[in-house]
Amino acid sequence: MLAIYKKELRTYFTSAIGYVFLVIFLAVGGAIFCLTTMYSMSASVTNFYTYMMLFSAVMLPILTMKSFSEERKIRTEQLLLTSPVSLTGMVLGKFLAAFTMFAGALVVCSLYFLFLTPYAAIKFSLLFCNLIALLLVGMTFIAIGMFVSSLTENQLAAAVGTMAILLVLLAVGLLNQLIGAYWLRFLIGSISIFTRFQTFTNGYFDLASLFYYLSVCAVFLYLTVRVYDRRRHNG
Amino acid sequence: MIQAEHLVKRYGSNYALNDISFTIGDGEIVGLLGPNGAGKSTAMNILTGYLAPTSGRALVDGRDISEYPAEVKRMIGFLPEQPPVYPDMTVKEYLDFVYDLKGCTLPREAHLSEIMGVTRTQDVKNRLIGNLSKGYRQRVGIAEALVGDPKIIIFDEPTVGLDPKQILEVRNLMRTLAKKHTVILSTHILAEAQAVCERIIIINRGKIVADAKTDEMTRTIEGGYRLEVKILGPEKEVAAALGKISGVSAVESTGERDAGAYRFLIDSKAGADIRRDVFRLCAEKNYPIFGMSAAGTDLESVFIRLVDKSDAAARGAKA
Repeated sequence: MLAIYKKELRTYFTSAIGYVFLVIFLAVGGAIFCLTTMYSMSASVTNFYTYMMLFSAVMLPILTMKSFSEERKIRTEQLLLTSPVSLTGMVLGKFLAAFTMFAGALVVCSLYFLFLTPYAAIKFSLLFCNLIALLLVGMTFIAIGMFVSSLTENQLAAAVGTMAILLVLLAVGLLNQLIGAYWLRFLIGSISIFTRFQTFTNGYFDLASLFYYLSVCAVFLYLTVRVYDRRRHNG
Repeated sequence: MIQAEHLVKRYGSNYALNDISFTIGDGEIVGLLGPNGAGKSTAMNILTGYLAPTSGRALVDGRDISEYPAEVKRMIGFLPEQPPVYPDMTVKEYLDFVYDLKGCTLPREAHLSEIMGVTRTQDVKNRLIGNLSKGYRQRVGIAEALVGDPKIIIFDEPTVGLDPKQILEVRNLMRTLAKKHTVILSTHILAEAQAVCERIIIINRGKIVADAKTDEMTRTIEGGYRLEVKILGPEKEVAAALGKISGVSAVESTGERDAGAYRFLIDSKAGADIRRDVFRLCAEKNYPIFGMSAAGTDLESVFIRLVDKSDAAARGAKA
């Protein structure tokens, strides 16, 4: 698993994808930071992370798109699958590598707030809560992206497919507020990625949401393992 | 060492493997031979744990692959049909990765440089695999299979895409490896199996049609003899005249080659040497002979005969 993790991280930087991801993520992150704090004369942490979350739904599919589809296309998966590494180890190695990239970029973005400390009182506890929330959401997005990537040989299809799924998931949460029936709103709210995120951004460290994100993430990683196990039998 | 027991691999109503069983002993070098699509790769993919059989089981060292995947995979070095290399890594980086992936415990630098020496990839070790020629990529693939010094080495069509000199090198390498390892290789080139393997298993349409030592298999057909002759002259008359020579059992014309010259395949009965008679006949009738060669004392004819027979049997079963 460690071997695959290291290889994945290195591949991000030997192909352009890692640099492109970091540059765009940090640059757009900086722009969002300027807009939500300096231009709007506020030290709001929540706005920044909410926009960053929406932005991640577009960026993370780019990070995960090639993880499995590329291996399948150039047939290197045959090496991985005939090596002593288990399927779970392979999936986890790739997942952790993508997560490391995302977490690194996001932590750097969060440091932007240090620039504001001379001018405003930043609520670092709130910032910390937001950061954790976005890391959890990112984990979920990455797991979904990995799953989609394991279904196709085509990187572009994987990226677009993941983006579509993530945007639908987010849209459901956003549009949820318009639903009249309370029970339906409550039901969708409790399974929506977006609504769960909001409880964190308001500063509650919600254990239920923590388990929610970890479960969704685990389910998609498990499904990815199943895709491979099934292909072993059928393909 | 390796036991395949009633392996079946079915895709829908298609059988890629249809009840295959064989045992391969320690230190053997075995060739899986068959036309394209016969099931060679499927069999290898099952032995290496890449695919699961629909039914039956594969044992390595007495252990079922589906029950002890990690242990069994550690004992096997596998070169798939297409070398599983990453184009954006250098050769050394790639082998380092494979070393980590397989969790090797041998001294890293010494082991890898030994492998690079054996596969002659030392001089390209700092080049990107994506920039290497097909021949070098294939060798890097072979190097990958050797990392960790596995007891069993499985090569799926290792010489495809190589030039004649490289093919000889790879064959020599396989013979060297066979001294210390159990080697299985697949090929559709008969001469290769004949040159390298001690034992040959012929597969066609997912079934084993022959399994014997290489020299035994060659001997089984030495009874019959097939001559290939190119003769300038009218096709039908030449064929008729050749058919009358004593000892000839069948004559077949395969069409015009040069202007007015035809190629004939002449089968003769066991023990009859008809070459002189053919020469005399042609001299008498004034048909110049452009070429004459033996066309069937090698494995090729056994192979084609066996494959044709099993194809015919399959057709018969369907009808």
